[in-house]
Amino acid sequence: METLRVLVVDDEPGMLSSIQRVLRNTRIDLADLETQVNFDVQTSDTGEKALEIISNSPPDILLLDHQLPGMSGLDVLDNIADQKENILTVMITAYASLETAVVAIKRGAYDFLAKPFTPGELKATIRKTAKSLIVTRHARKLAREKRQVRFQFISVLAHELKSPIAALEGYLNIIKDKTAGDDPAVYEKMLDRCSIRLDGMRKLIFDLLDLTRIESGQKKRELNIVDLREIAQRSIESVLPQADSRSITINLLADEKLNMTADPGEIEIILNNLISNAVKYNRDNGRVNIVMTARNGKVNISVSDTGIGMSQQETDRLFNDFVRIKNAKTRNILGSGLGLSIMKKLVNLYEGEISVQSTPDAGTTFTAVLNQHIQQPQENAVLTQHTQQPQENDEHPTNHQVA
Amino acid sequence: MTMEKTKTTVLIVDDDFDFRNQMEIQLKAAGYQVVTAQGQADAEKKLKDLCPDIAVIDLMMENTDGGFALCYHIKKLYPSVPVIIVTAVTSETGYEFDASTAEEKSWIKADRMLTKPVRFEQLDGEIQKLLNR
Repeated sequence: METLRVLVVDDEPGMLSSIQRVLRNTRIDLADLETQVNFDVQTSDTGEKALEIISNSPPDILLLDHQLPGMSGLDVLDNIADQKENILTVMITAYASLETAVVAIKRGAYDFLAKPFTPGELKATIRKTAKSLIVTRHARKLAREKRQVRFQFISVLAHELKSPIAALEGYLNIIKDKTAGDDPAVYEKMLDRCSIRLDGMRKLIFDLLDLTRIESGQKKRELNIVDLREIAQRSIESVLPQADSRSITINLLADEKLNMTADPGEIEIILNNLISNAVKYNRDNGRVNIVMTARNGKVNISVSDTGIGMSQQETDRLFNDFVRIKNAKTRNILGSGLGLSIMKKLVNLYEGEISVQSTPDAGTTFTAVLNQHIQQPQENAVLTQHTQQPQENDEHPTNHQVA
Repeated sequence: MTMEKTKTTVLIVDDDFDFRNQMEIQLKAAGYQVVTAQGQADAEKKLKDLCPDIAVIDLMMENTDGGFALCYHIKKLYPSVPVIIVTAVTSETGYEFDASTAEEKSWIKADRMLTKPVRFEQLDGEIQKLLNR
């Protein structure tokens, strides 16, 4: 329930009291904005008094008679011209004096009511005015919130970009001034650190571009029938060097023909993120299990690791932008903090969901459930029938063992 | 009385390896003794057997305000050891943290707050100022 303040300015006491009576009993239901409006009514019999009330506590709506004893309604309107964004004025004009109404609108009034009017006409005009006021305020509030979210995102982004720059700058200064003595090996290590921080920065920028493209809908989607196993195998190959160097085993357990309607690039980002996270946050000699199944029109991708795991508190904030779990165990793991935000947005494009289950020091399982066939292209109708038959994954497992 | 750098031990606590590494290299080159810790817990462990002459600690570590907690811990153990809190929090959130007024000093407990990026010359200057008081 919202209460709008209405100031009624008229020199006829009868008019004032009848408007007051009607408005006090008026309640407007704005269902599409999920709100109800009622009115708090104040009155004034001259323009001068009205201006005083307006300057002390501006109303939301001004019902203003044109013919007043001292200054006219139009004079009042001129005086509050700079507040017309916040105060909507309805001019009350004498019957058949359309001219005054036109002038009033030109000088910033929102609407007019011609005397004599019925309670129904008054209610209809007030309803229209109140709705316009509330819609405008609602839109302004949304725009403000959007600016705020954007500002926060950019502030954090700036910070995330400043850290690697500061690190690089620091090393360059030490190298330039030869602060660290004469041993070239020491400087080699600094250059290695510079490369690592640069790589991190590049990854952040690429992730940011991905995220922006997905959010803005600018990214062109090419939906095809894709083989999930094929994409998963490519993702596995891309993380093999890191996995091998830490003796981490990757297993892929998937239906033989696991087709879905998808943009291969998007699925690749989802799988790359899931699998590379499972390697990054694993322990040496650990395992990564990827299980993919299709049932009842849904594709289920689950990626488990035997890594450091997370607490409930940590998993709760995991999908927010730039959130990276900071603790002794994650100290040396690099990441942009955007991977999961990107994944979540992509999974949404498949009308799906992503969830996480984790036990500290035991491991984490991410599960993405996607719609197998979104916006099915016509020519592939036959394929749909074929792949939607339930496939008993456990009977024909194909095991892809690595390392 | 002026301090002697060679007899001065600086404790650096930061979860950013590169910041820690750079400060250590530069402080050592300037003649200080340096002990580093990767975070609040690591620092608290090291403080059991070590009383530094001054501590330089990051604000945001494992917990968002880990630096404040660590600062409190140091002041409780060694009330006379100056603590400099280094943080990127000002630029990150728009909040201003500064231990300039008496009231702020009473609850922040740090002797000095610096905003990252911190140049070595600036840090060296602050250390000397605090130790020569």
